[in-house]
Amino acid sequence: MSVEVITIILVLITFAVYTGIGWWSRVRDTSNFYVAGQGVPTVANGAAIAADWMSAASFISMAGLVAFLGYDGTIYLMGWTGGYVLLALLLAPYLRKFGKFTVPDFIGDRFYSSGARAVAAVATIFISLTYISGQMRGVGIVFSRYLQVDIVVGVLIGMAIVGFFALLGGMKGVTWTQAIQYFVIIIAFLIPAFAISFQLTGNPIPQLAITSSDIVDRLGQIQVDLGMTEYMAPFTDLSMINVFMVTLALMAGTAGLPHVIVRFYTVKSVRAARWSAVWAIIFIGLLYLTAPAVGAFAKYNLIDTIADKPIEEVQSIEWVSKWETTGLLQLDDVNGDGVVNFTGGEDNEVSIDGDIIVLSTPEVANLAPFIIALVAAGGLAAALSTASGLLITMTSAVSHDIYYRIFNKSASESQRLRVGRITLLIALAIAAYVGINPPGFAGEVVALAFGLGAASLFPVILLGIFDKRMNKEGAVAGIIAGLSFTLIMIGAILSPSIFGTEAPILDSFFGINAQGVGVVGMILNFIVSFIVSRMTPEPPKDIQELIENVRAPEIDE
Amino acid sequence: MNQTLNEKQRWYWKKNIQLIIGLLIVWFLVGLGAGVLFAEPLSNVQFLNVSLSFWFAHQGSILVFIILILTYAIRMDKLDKQYKEMIKDGN
Repeated sequence: MSVEVITIILVLITFAVYTGIGWWSRVRDTSNFYVAGQGVPTVANGAAIAADWMSAASFISMAGLVAFLGYDGTIYLMGWTGGYVLLALLLAPYLRKFGKFTVPDFIGDRFYSSGARAVAAVATIFISLTYISGQMRGVGIVFSRYLQVDIVVGVLIGMAIVGFFALLGGMKGVTWTQAIQYFVIIIAFLIPAFAISFQLTGNPIPQLAITSSDIVDRLGQIQVDLGMTEYMAPFTDLSMINVFMVTLALMAGTAGLPHVIVRFYTVKSVRAARWSAVWAIIFIGLLYLTAPAVGAFAKYNLIDTIADKPIEEVQSIEWVSKWETTGLLQLDDVNGDGVVNFTGGEDNEVSIDGDIIVLSTPEVANLAPFIIALVAAGGLAAALSTASGLLITMTSAVSHDIYYRIFNKSASESQRLRVGRITLLIALAIAAYVGINPPGFAGEVVALAFGLGAASLFPVILLGIFDKRMNKEGAVAGIIAGLSFTLIMIGAILSPSIFGTEAPILDSFFGINAQGVGVVGMILNFIVSFIVSRMTPEPPKDIQELIENVRAPEIDE
Repeated sequence: MNQTLNEKQRWYWKKNIQLIIGLLIVWFLVGLGAGVLFAEPLSNVQFLNVSLSFWFAHQGSILVFIILILTYAIRMDKLDKQYKEMIKDGN
């Protein structure tokens, strides 16, 4: 049986399992729509949060990003896990205590303002849309490789499947399905990692092998020999200020991700929220500690397999030719010497999309076809679990926060459900479009999403909990200041790809790039909201009581 | 009665804030400190086969983040217990 056939069979089996679980837990939970997670043990809820959190970016892209950034890849490793610390310590327990359904609910109630609620809802929709586009692309890549179809067709198939699961399961079936998806994700990530680690270093534990063997040293050496940057040296790809700022922006932006925050609303107590966070970070950490090792091993193997080899020999390798047909790997013998020049300079003849690093790792390492299929199933599980969480979050932002709470307070359950379904379909269509057409634009949109999250949602939620004196005026002024600054800066720095100008209007903001500029917006937000809130009346009594209540310990569980 | 309850709640909140600040200092020192701000001096320090800053940037910080969240959950459980005992004694 060919790799493709095994992959399709395995993917179909996992889909059947997800569908079955969605149906089973849906039947169990119909009695209570909003407390889907309350009957779920903390460990399973932690696994569900981890699957929700770890997207196609974590599974498919991250190790590849680290492989190409070397040391500086820490912006993703630390940015995403460090942001989780902020979420677990500063936001999750209190939002659980608050006990409503969405992030805009908290912001709208805490700042007694429909305007704030609307801004929060729009930010939620924008961030989630950006995220889901990345998932669609991940799904598209997997299908285009294993069905050998064009990436456009791959994205469209992915869209149909994601839509099917979201419409089928809704809020109710998601938690258990995601818990199972976590185990598919982690097994699919770890097995090839063990194998490739053992193959290269003789030590099967990748986290130990990366430090106890000389593999990183060897990789650094061949990279330097080929004219690429030193793998282990810091700040070769990004300046120190940028590594600092981008890491911080990713941390604050990640902590404010609405679809993850929502998961903490469904646990049964504040204590359960804290322990779900513990389980989730352990589950997430397992993948995040493995990814940098996989990145280094994969890079080493890749260079070793193709650099300075005759181009005909390289192109006859099965995985090379299959990835070449997807367009994600391109070999072009520019100087016509018949040899693949893989370098860091002008004479480089290899163009490789970082997204194929993880997916191709088992093939490069000559692992069994079953493991290759498993990795494909894992990538799909990562994309699907996150996409379903995002779709639900977006749908609730439109149907609950904007339509029901602002425009039509007397809307019936079925009216809201209809608005939700329409939103879901529109969101899917937009996501698929962006997934198909990411002409260098996807990276910019992602920077925008994290920057926006860091400059808007994160400071507002944080101040709403920890600054009792913070009022409507302060919060709104802070959001406007932070958001507009960040938007203008990103627009100016990325003007060539956004507005089509020849040169960027602004090179950087005092050396800070577009991905990191959200941190400046965040600081601005904090300062403006502090000053404005002190110059305007304090929040009403009932709001102050609400804050007291959010802070107070929970006595009965 | 209401007043004393508020006092205990304030004590609980203060303890909570102290714990969070302590943990976030570690978070900053290990993540942005060892991994970024002090990356250059620490990259001359060898840790097994890699530099110490590389290890923190790619492995150590994540391990510490896990421990921080675990510590928070354990310490807050303890604080909850202390708080409940205070309420009982107060009655």
